[in-house]
Amino acid sequence: MTATRPAIEVVGLTKSYGDHTVLDGVDLTVPEGTVYALLGPNGAGKTTIVNILSTLLAPDAGEIRVAGFDVRRDPGGVRAAIGVTGQFSAIDELLTGRENLRLMADLTHLGRAAAATAVTVLLERFDLVGAADRRAQTYSGGMKRRLDLAMTLITRPRLIFLDEPTTGLDPRSRRDLWTIVREQVADGVTVLLTTQYLEEADQLADRIGVLDGGRLVAEGTAAQLKRRVPGGHVSVQFTHAAALAAAAAAHPEATSDVDALTLQMPADGSVAGLRRVLDGLDDEGVAGLTVGSADLDDVFLALTGRAAEAPAAEEIPA
Amino acid sequence: MSTAYTVRDSATMLRRNLLHIRRYPSLSIMLVAQPIVFLLLFVYVFGGTLGAGLPGQGAGLPGQGGGGDRGDYLVFITPGILIMTVASVALGTAISTATDMTTGIIARFRTMDIARASVLTGHVLGAVLRTGFAVVVVAAFAFLLGFRSDAGPLGWLGAVALLVLIAFSLTWLTVGLGLAADSVETASNTPLFLVMLPFISSGFVPTDAMPAGLRQFAEHQPFTPMIDTLRALVTGAEPGADLWLAIGWCVLIALLGYLWSRRLFLRVPTK
Ligand SMILES: Nc1ncnc2c1ncn2[C@@H]1O[C@H](COP(=O)(O)OP(=O)(O)OP(=O)(O)O)[C@@H](O)[C@H]1O
Ligand SMILES: [Mg+2]
Repeated sequence: MTATRPAIEVVGLTKSYGDHTVLDGVDLTVPEGTVYALLGPNGAGKTTIVNILSTLLAPDAGEIRVAGFDVRRDPGGVRAAIGVTGQFSAIDELLTGRENLRLMADLTHLGRAAAATAVTVLLERFDLVGAADRRAQTYSGGMKRRLDLAMTLITRPRLIFLDEPTTGLDPRSRRDLWTIVREQVADGVTVLLTTQYLEEADQLADRIGVLDGGRLVAEGTAAQLKRRVPGGHVSVQFTHAAALAAAAAAHPEATSDVDALTLQMPADGSVAGLRRVLDGLDDEGVAGLTVGSADLDDVFLALTGRAAEAPAAEEIPA
Repeated sequence: MSTAYTVRDSATMLRRNLLHIRRYPSLSIMLVAQPIVFLLLFVYVFGGTLGAGLPGQGAGLPGQGGGGDRGDYLVFITPGILIMTVASVALGTAISTATDMTTGIIARFRTMDIARASVLTGHVLGAVLRTGFAVVVVAAFAFLLGFRSDAGPLGWLGAVALLVLIAFSLTWLTVGLGLAADSVETASNTPLFLVMLPFISSGFVPTDAMPAGLRQFAEHQPFTPMIDTLRALVTGAEPGADLWLAIGWCVLIALLGYLWSRRLFLRVPTK
């Protein structure tokens, strides 16, 4: 065993409530210093995994080691290493933002001066200086979310769990949060996040696991996952509506967007396929052309949609 | 987890609970108002009649003969009212504990490497301080109505110590009730017996005045030795064996409440 054992090692994790199986044999390995994204529809079991890994919930079975500690035998060791920003707000609404951060600093046993400095730095970093002395009750959803994350980071965890960290954030705050996650990773912190936003997984994660019905139905880098779904596309932009209409008539399989004057046609990524698309086009009416591979949205739909219809997750090539 | 960290984390949690108490004063006001209303009701509505029924010796001011008046009744029920104040604040503790457990920050505490029972210790210490405040307010009210006593400093010191001990034990019990409750509404109902029990004790009328079955219950339930001891201490009399009985009950309730609360809070849920 080398010094750098994985930050998270999960083998055969199962969990059920009564006869409702929520996690059905999940295997997961997250190397230290990397970002892993769990992607899955509502009810897939993302929060359940986060709760079990963060010692909030007891698993039914499985070998689960977090930061090198067994979650059942040594939960204290796990807790000392992790920081959690759960799906639901974990702030003290009766306290001010500053008091919330101070509470976390005190519970981490920072000295008086170190705590004061850390609180000031984080209030600034998370754009909460103006609201620092107001009760968290009065914060907007985005401000609460930022405070929540600041409270997690003030304890300087080596491993961070973020359960849908950007749900409810505006685009700017989301980008700010991405930057903060990247800074943490640059410092060597490991991050396991769950998200409904495919772009987010694409932007942040080294590896992505697609969770559906309590099973990891696919796993890999964003690029690997995209390659699994053959459906790339060619998107053609026209100069006028008549040209669009003509092309749309010739390609009944395509979807047209009249307002944007574009036509999107499925393509398998081969040169022959691309030539077939181009052959039918009139040079005059075309303003531009882009060739795109499948995005993560397609992957998500293809993998989870199919798995939801038929219990045939195995059909997806591993 | 070292003892030093346990103490430090408990102090941190106490600070948190004191902030909560300060930010949500209406609960404290309601909890103090209730025993004051009972005090006024019993002294002014029932006091004339009930005072006349008091035995002369040992119940009211020492050395008095025959039945008493409204003033004697005030002296007679003040200890019971003070202990009812403790019970009333303890009821509030069940509510605030249950409310706190529904907030997300408790889940955060559970994922942190802190002295875990400190969350509960914070509640208990905060509640004991709140009880102290409530008891002082209610006692001041009794003095305002004319309560006077011959008790010396030692008697008062003993009374304060006893009230703290009772507060401590009832609070551990109601923290447990708050943790065990599946909702805040349940938590505000289950501890109601604590506010009712003092009525069936030596607190409002001497137990001799009750029919046989009730009297037996009244004489053997924990509030009776507590109230009798407190009455003896604040009137300058000797508490006798009741003192040890009262202390025994307090220690027992505190211990059971503590162990129960701890078990409820520390288990890792499977659901
Ligand atoms: N305490 C519980 N009792 C019974 N079933 C539960 C319990 N908690 C979760 N579940 C079930 O477990 C499944 C997974 O829930 P989980 O919260 O992990 O999903 P999720 O992937 O986080 O979904 P979302 O995107 O909506 O947050 C759901 O079907 C849910 O109904
Ligand atoms: Mg969830």
